[in-house]
Order: sequence, then structure tokens, then C-alpha cells
Amino acid sequence: MTRNLWLVLRRLGLAFGLVLAVLAVNFTLIHSAPGDPAMVIAGEMGGADEAAMAAIRKNYGLDKPLPEQFVTYIGRSLHGDLGTSYTYNRPVSELILDRLGPTILLVLTALLGAICIGTLMGVLASRRPDSLFSGVVTVFSLIGYAMPVFWTGILLVILFGKVWPIMPIAGMRDVRMMGAGTWASMLDVLHHLVLPAVTLGLIYVAQYSRLARASMLEVLGSDYIRTARAKGLGVWAVTFKHALRNAMMPLVTIAGLQFGNLISGAVLVETVFSWPGLGTLALDAILGRDYPTLLGVLTFSAILVIVANLLTDVSYRWIDPRLRGR
Amino acid sequence: MAVTVPSPTPTVEAMSPWLEAWRVFRSNKAAMLGLVILSVIVLTMSFGPSLYGVAPFDIAGAPFTPPFTEPSVWLGTDYLGRDVLAGVLVGGRATVLVGLAAATVAVTIGVSIGALAGYFGGWVDTALSRVTELFQVLPALLFAMVLVTLFTPSLTVVIFAIGIVAWTGTARLARAEFMRLRHLEYANAARAIGAGPLRLMLREILPNALPPLIVSATLIVGSAILFEAGLSFLGLSDANVMSWGLMIGSNRRNILECWWAVTFPGAAIFLTVLAVSLIGDGLNDAFNPKLHLR
Repeated sequence: MTRNLWLVLRRLGLAFGLVLAVLAVNFTLIHSAPGDPAMVIAGEMGGADEAAMAAIRKNYGLDKPLPEQFVTYIGRSLHGDLGTSYTYNRPVSELILDRLGPTILLVLTALLGAICIGTLMGVLASRRPDSLFSGVVTVFSLIGYAMPVFWTGILLVILFGKVWPIMPIAGMRDVRMMGAGTWASMLDVLHHLVLPAVTLGLIYVAQYSRLARASMLEVLGSDYIRTARAKGLGVWAVTFKHALRNAMMPLVTIAGLQFGNLISGAVLVETVFSWPGLGTLALDAILGRDYPTLLGVLTFSAILVIVANLLTDVSYRWIDPRLRGR
Repeated sequence: MAVTVPSPTPTVEAMSPWLEAWRVFRSNKAAMLGLVILSVIVLTMSFGPSLYGVAPFDIAGAPFTPPFTEPSVWLGTDYLGRDVLAGVLVGGRATVLVGLAAATVAVTIGVSIGALAGYFGGWVDTALSRVTELFQVLPALLFAMVLVTLFTPSLTVVIFAIGIVAWTGTARLARAEFMRLRHLEYANAARAIGAGPLRLMLREILPNALPPLIVSATLIVGSAILFEAGLSFLGLSDANVMSWGLMIGSNRRNILECWWAVTFPGAAIFLTVLAVSLIGDGLNDAFNPKLHLR
């Protein structure tokens, strides 16, 4: 028990170290960009105003030596103060919290959907590796990997915006639904979520089906599967209870490693579908030269990835009892 | 007294491993298809623009001309009246060059860091693995967006931005390979005759670690191409260089009026990445002796 506790603490410590390192990267970026760091923090909006610049210099202690500035920066950030957006005239942390929900909704729907559908496709394909279905899964996974995600999104927008208008192609809510009840507005959000989530999920369905197929083929060849079959268990029990549990490990590993890519993909998908998440916030920040917001989004997304990695670690132990206590 | 006859030399001549790999690769239909597609694309983007002779930024006809209606602008025109075919022909140059250059940067960083971590182990490994972890938690596209925004969006900055975010996978792979190979007998033998760490890493271990690294480099080229396309789609690449991503990005507001201006460049990106990943799969099978015995 104490050993487990120690392991958890160690994990959390490493994760905290990573957060500090991300902040250090931000600090380095602000100071290595060409021009005055105060200008970088203020962006073009604040840069015109000499009083604002002076306030920033004083607030961030930009007249102090670099190591001291660094400590101040880390301290402020850890207290949740990521600076002020001069475009929106609001604290960056507030802006990000507003946009965090939609991004998490999009990313998790896409990821969980892709894991379920992709794994199922891979498992079914592995049952008969030379069948037509298995071939279709392989071709599909190749195509899904090679399609640029923003292009997939645009094709869906053209399809559902022009040819077959049954899906909303932009935004998260319908203006006409503003006064509607809780259930109606939830359904409205889900309706808007379909196309972005399908677009983002498609690449991962492709990857998971391919990976699940390979992983299952390897597991299905092992001795304990033959034993399970020999003692008279049905095909489905062997496939889903014995084989899949063991074939899950690489899938979970990839899910953890892929989380950063998923967020990168979400930036593009949000842009195509005007989804009000962190990605569109980052892009608006770039267009408005709003650096505190941009760096805040980077920090927050990195924290999301760190949390996802911690969860991956926990689920390893849940799937594979041999790893518990290690 | 019986004389032991020396065993005859085998009649089948041993092939070099590279030739053997090429033989396996050549028999792989999907991989050869990828090679053919890629060759066609490279030839088209090399000679197509000068043969076609229309500049991609020039106004070539009325805006929103649909494809296959006007012989002079066969693939139609975009919202500004620019020739889509001219853009598709020349737009691959930036995309593929940036993809290749960025992959080179990524592989160089990845192999160096992975080699040092795997060869020396101990605290060097711990420190470098932490650095790798840091770059893994930074969402690559966002990080590249920040880099491109803070510095000017020129092709060089885009290349380095992609290279800096894409190396972690290679580093992990190189680390594992160097760890596995550093204590094999030939490495020990080289060490015994006085080879230093640099010589051991570059001359003894690296050549034997190459096959999986080449496969991963191929896959990085594919994802670097997708990356460049994504950045130019967002308008974060050099706006004076026509690329497939830029074409899609600049026509984004008008996709319902001119689907052709986004569909054709997107299809070009798709085919290029598909070809590269088919080649990567083929190389993987060719270099992995366990697989082709099955």
C-alpha cells in the first residue's frame, strides 16, 4: 500500500515537473522572440500604448535580472495568472476556461468513438485476416491516415452544406435555440458535434483499426488462446474476454501518446467548423497578435496532455493486474 | 586415415541485406504502387509548371469558373479567378520540400538525442528522456503555431518549427536500438581495439540501427507534409509561396461556391501522403525479416 502511494506521489511529482518545464519553455519563447519582451506580452494592441507598456514592465518585473523574472513568471503562472489578453481585455485564464469545455467535449467524443469503433473493426478483421472485410479495414486505415484532417472536414462541409443539408456545419449552438430548455439545447449541441467529431475521429478510427488488427493477430497466435479454445469456450468469449484484454495494452499506450496529436487535430477541425474551443481561440490570438492568450492555450493544452498521460498510466494497471504495485 | 573434406561453399550466393530488402520491397504491390504514385507526383511538380506556363497567383479567368467547362482553365478558377490547375501543379513543391527538410531536421535531432541516451545510459539517458517527454506533451501543431507566430513565417522557420516538434518518436526508437546494440559482440570488439564513443556510435552501431530508423524517417516525411499543409491552411506559412495548404486555406470562406478550389489541392496532399506511407509500410516489411518469413 505504502509502495503504491509512493509510486503515485512519484508520478505526480514528475507530472508537476513537466508543467514547470512547459512554463520554462514559454518563458524562453517570450524572451527569445525578436523585439522587446514587453511588446511580446502586450501584443500589437497594447504595444501602442506607452502607459500599458510601462505597466507591463513593472508588473512582470522586466527591469529585473532574468533569473528573478523567471521565478516571478513561474510563481504567477502557478497561481493561475497567465496574464491579460489585450484583445479581449480579460484575464487569459478566464478566456481559456470558457473555451476548455467545447474542446474537451470534441476531443473526448472523437477519441472514445474512435477507440470503440476502431477496436471493433480491428478485432473483427483479425478473426479472418485474409477475408475481404480485413482487406477493407487495411485500405480504410491507409486512406484515413493520409487524408489531411482539415480537408476531410471541408469535404463534409460541402456534402452537408450543399448536397444534403441535414447537419449543421458551423458553430456549437443554433441561435434560434437560445431560449430552449436544457434537453433541447443539449441535443442541439450534440447535433452540432456530429460532423467535427466524425472528422477528428476518422484518423483515429483508421489508426486503431490497424493497430487492433495487428495486436489481435499477435495475441490470437499465443498458447493460452489455444488452451481457451481447447477447453471449449466459444469464439466470442475467447476473442473479447481473453484476447482483447491482452491486445488492449498497445492501444492504450497509443491513446496516451496520441493525445497531443489529437489536440493538434482539434485546432484544425475547430477552424473548419468554427467550433468555439481552444483551437479557434489560439488562431484568433495569432491573428490579433495576442501572445499571452496564445501561450496560455499552449500551456493549458500541455497540461491536458499531462493529465491524459497520468490517466493512461492508471488504466494500464487496471487492464493488466501484473503491473499493479510496479 | 579419413580426410575431412571441407564443406563446399554454398552455391547460392549470399545477397547483401540491402539487395535482399529491395527484392522484398519490389514484390510488394502496394509499396510499388506508392513508389509509382510518388514518382509521378514528383515529375509533375518538377516539370508541370513550366510546361503549363500559367503563374499560380495570376488572374486567369472569371472568378468561380467551374472545372471542365473552360478549356483554358481546365480545373476551374478560385474566388479571385486564379487558375486551380496552375496552383495544383506548383503547390506541391513547397509542401514536399518543406516536408523533406523538416523530416531531415526531425530525424537528425531524434537520432542524436536517442543515440546519446541509449549509448551512455545513466543520468544522460534520464536527462534526455525528460527532454523528450517535455516535447511529447507540447501539442505539436500548437507549438509550431507559436514558433511561427513569434518569429516570421518564412519557409525556414516553418521547416524548423515542424522539425522541432516531430523528433520525439525517432528519439525513442533510436534510444531503444542503441541500448540493444551497444553491448553486442561486435560493439565490444570495436571497443576492445580502442574505438572511442563517437566512432562506435557512428561507424559500428548506427549502420545496424538504420533499417527501423529509415522506416520511421519515411513516416515522418508523411506527417511533416500533413503538418506543412495544416500550417499553410491556417495561413501560417509564407503567403508568397503557393502551396496546396495555402490554396485550401485561402478558399476556405468560399467552399460552398467553389468546391473545386479546395477539393483538387486536398486530393493532391492525400495522394502524396498515401504514396509516402505505402512506401513506408513496404520498407517496414522489407527490413523486418520476421515478417516476410510468415
